[in-house]
Amino acid sequence: MRRSPFGPDASDRLAQARVGIAGCGGMGSHVATALVRTGIGHIVIADFDTVEESNLFRQCYTPADVGRRKTEALSDRLLEIEPDLDLQVYDGAITADNACDVFSGCDVVCECFDRPEMKAMLVESILSGTSGTRVVSCSGMAGFGSSNDIVTGRRMSRLYVCGDGSSDSSDGPGLTAARVMVCAGHVANMTVRLVLGHDKP
Amino acid sequence: MIVTVNGTETDVPEGATAEDLVTLLGHRTDRVALEIDGEICPRYRRASTVLRPGQRVELVSFVGGG
Repeated sequence: MRRSPFGPDASDRLAQARVGIAGCGGMGSHVATALVRTGIGHIVIADFDTVEESNLFRQCYTPADVGRRKTEALSDRLLEIEPDLDLQVYDGAITADNACDVFSGCDVVCECFDRPEMKAMLVESILSGTSGTRVVSCSGMAGFGSSNDIVTGRRMSRLYVCGDGSSDSSDGPGLTAARVMVCAGHVANMTVRLVLGHDKP
Repeated sequence: MIVTVNGTETDVPEGATAEDLVTLLGHRTDRVALEIDGEICPRYRRASTVLRPGQRVELVSFVGGG
């Protein structure tokens, strides 16, 4: 595996970390890409969906991926970036019953779902079903609002939430690649900070 | 009785449950995550969890997009 250029201690911690990505859409595809480039050594990705043409406006896929499973298309992308990545794939729906099994052993799970009901379900499943796994979640990255309204907050002992907290994708203009990537950067950076032992947002 | 919700003292009726609190505050129960005194309170346990005075509740309400 390629060594990250951040010194031996940070590189080792990043390479040894296991991070889950729940949902491989606009948030998840960009978060996963950033984490693999940063040197996270073990990644678990989960999604039940296929790539559609409308996804290309903001998700990390290309026209050649349309019709493919998102997990398959994203796997190819991540393994192009880091061929030695330890990548586990779950192609299916995450539920309260399987969430802890799918993301077993993860230091951090990045909640990158679209629907608020799924976000709440994943957060409470991981926080109640594990003793040490942290969750970095996202809420509020829709529309053309300022990048500076998107923040990272620590909302519970093991829950961080990134976003503006209010802009809903079902209202107004929907989601743009630019603002989704601002929020994905927050999620990925908080995840890297946690792996390196920094627990402040 | 008074409980603290997201850092703000909040008056709730005696005997109110975690489920009642979510509804009182105008949230949809399937869109929130709830922690009471540092312990996650999953959805299936909210209706049977009676709040006590002085408890600290953290409530996160999610909006769509990801």
